Amino acid sequence: MYDLIVFLPLLGFLIAGLFGRQIGVRASELTTTGLLAVSALLAWVAFFSVGLSHDEQALVVPVANWLTSGKLAVAWALRIDTLTAVMLVVVGTVSFLVHVYSIGYMAEDPSRPRFFAYLSLFTFAMLMLVTADNLVQMFFGWEGVGLASYLLIGFWYDRPAANAAAIKAFVVNRVGDFGFALGIFLVFVLTGSVGFEQIFAAAPGIAGKTIHLWGFDGDALTVACLLLFMGAMGKSAQFLLHTWLPDAMEGPTPVSALIHAATMVTAGVFMVARLSPLFDLAPVALAVVTIVGATTAFFAATVGLVQNDIKRVIAYSTCSQLGYMFVGLGVGGYSLGIFHLFTHAFFKALLFLCAGSVITAMHHEQDMRAMGGLRKEIPVTFWMMMIGTLALTGVGIPFTSIGFAGFVSKDAIIEASYASTGFGATYAFVCVTLAAALTAFYSWRLVFMTFFGQRGDWAASPQAVAHGHDGHAHGDDHAHSDDHGHGDHAVRDSPQVMLVPLGVLALGAVVAGVAFRYWFIGGGYEGFWKHALFVGSDNKILETMEHVPAIVSLAPTLMMLIGFAVAYYMYIVDRRAPKALADANPALYRFLLNKWYFDELYDFLFVRPAFRIGRAFWKGGDGALIDGLGPDGISARVLDFARGAVRLQTGYVYHYAFAMLLGVAIIATWYLFGGIR
Amino acid sequence: MVIGLAHYLTLAAILFTIGVAGIILNHKNIIVILMSVELILLAVNINLVAFSTQSGDLTGQVFALLILTVAAAEAAIGLAVLVAYYRNRGSIAVDDINALKG
Repeated sequence: MYDLIVFLPLLGFLIAGLFGRQIGVRASELTTTGLLAVSALLAWVAFFSVGLSHDEQALVVPVANWLTSGKLAVAWALRIDTLTAVMLVVVGTVSFLVHVYSIGYMAEDPSRPRFFAYLSLFTFAMLMLVTADNLVQMFFGWEGVGLASYLLIGFWYDRPAANAAAIKAFVVNRVGDFGFALGIFLVFVLTGSVGFEQIFAAAPGIAGKTIHLWGFDGDALTVACLLLFMGAMGKSAQFLLHTWLPDAMEGPTPVSALIHAATMVTAGVFMVARLSPLFDLAPVALAVVTIVGATTAFFAATVGLVQNDIKRVIAYSTCSQLGYMFVGLGVGGYSLGIFHLFTHAFFKALLFLCAGSVITAMHHEQDMRAMGGLRKEIPVTFWMMMIGTLALTGVGIPFTSIGFAGFVSKDAIIEASYASTGFGATYAFVCVTLAAALTAFYSWRLVFMTFFGQRGDWAASPQAVAHGHDGHAHGDDHAHSDDHGHGDHAVRDSPQVMLVPLGVLALGAVVAGVAFRYWFIGGGYEGFWKHALFVGSDNKILETMEHVPAIVSLAPTLMMLIGFAVAYYMYIVDRRAPKALADANPALYRFLLNKWYFDELYDFLFVRPAFRIGRAFWKGGDGALIDGLGPDGISARVLDFARGAVRLQTGYVYHYAFAMLLGVAIIATWYLFGGIR
Repeated sequence: MVIGLAHYLTLAAILFTIGVAGIILNHKNIIVILMSVELILLAVNINLVAFSTQSGDLTGQVFALLILTVAAAEAAIGLAVLVAYYRNRGSIAVDDINALKG
């Protein structure tokens, strides 16, 4: 069964990818989607059978022996425990729904077989990642999803922006992967193995070891964890390595929902949770995880406040929520991070797919300033978006666990960050609490700008609105030129094939928190997780977070209400307020609008020096030195010589006669003087 | 002044040098080159006759007559070639004759 879950998407990829032209578009769609449906169904079966079983040990399904070289033995096996099962459910479900949704969303794109093949390839790689039994296999999946992400961001390869974004995502991820690879090497050196079982068994024994690094001794385990976390930072778009995620929105919207919201970007969270036995022994590394996560949560939320592209707002929101997950992991509550991952997958995928629905309705317009008043025109999408927003902002009844998905998981993280005594936890608490207010503000701002008011309320002038066209299907942009007096297009709700996945995800966004809280982080913790997540003997975070002061429990809800109130005031009551505020603080506004100038900073620090070095090597090293002294130089000398020889051959008889005379004279002289001597 | 062997040889050397110079320095007319070749042959003849007289051996003078005959034949053929060449190319200027050039 587990083999099927993992390899059915691969089969779909091979069929659609290799034979897409032969079997046609519709068959490709149905094949990949059908196989994914089976896979997702089996994932749910696996989820319940693993989660509710009393089998303490992780189930390992061997597939093949990958490679054996000396001490290094890498098996190809599927490790099935509760953590894997949770990820299988998330990946399978969201991927299936995105496949279905894409049938509607991509309906006008000519290269749909390729699109669905990539989607299935991604799903396979992601499943390979989450079922990995050792670090090398995980790295395989890790790079596989990176590849699929690259291919899908650059799916519309005729758009320069999409290509640039794809390359950026790939390169930024390489930085993280470099750390990940070093981390794997170090773990192998320390434990002599890359298999999880052996690593975890050896972990307590290497706790005190030191490693000599650049002239000082560091705790080996801490260094290893930090290197591994570097990989997680790249993949999960954490602070300093986050710049690729917003640009990745150049890809089609279903891709954003699947890869850049629900699954791939959470791979870092999964990896830290999977390696919890290592991280739990390295408090310094956990503190770093906490601080980086908190910083990201706050930073991304501030940037999200002022963005105008509907997808970018949600992208920064994703970035911010990933920060929450890392805070949950960092304070020792690994299940908190995974729980938020689980609920976030539903409501963030929902938000993205809703945004896609809005974009389709608006004829591939992504700028929120050109929208407005869509509530009446696309009611289904509106209500789905409302559910997603309520879940993201964390609406619920304080002091109970009844509320939307985000309420249950996010508030638990905030409480845990307060309850934790670890280094940086207080900072994290402040950051994530403030970020909760910011989250509410930007989420409601998005809803108000898009669905309320009148069309074009926010466009200062129509020309000023940059047209962020979604790339394909320009044909229908000009199909309504006659009876719409203001040049407006008819706005219709999306077809059923797109709305049904929204409904399923909305259901998840409503109930996922309440339904699964008991198992993930409540009383059913032990029986559900068993040994999938490691918890040290003195790690009592899940208990202490139940006993935080009332004001802390109330804080997220208060913050959420404040954010909502401010957004309501600025975007419904007094609609001049946003502009006035921006004009009052131009420096701050520009700072946020330009994403803290990270792109410019990196451009200055890394990109342009890299270009300069490359140019120097190209022009100076290769062109002047190697070519100059090598092939080019030799051929030039040969030509020079040949040109000299050609000049000797004038073709005039008297020149040859002169040469003959000269020769005769020389020979005569030689014999004369030779004779004398 | 007694005219001895040295004078003949000197005259022959001068003629020979003029002939060679005519071949090398002449850029205008190919007939002048033919004439220069004749001049060189004459210089050789003078040498032959001079040495023949000096050594009292008639072989040299016979040889000189033979050379004169060959030279006459050569001049006839050379001029014939020139006429044919002129008909082909329309010019017998030395600077135009560089078909040997690669």
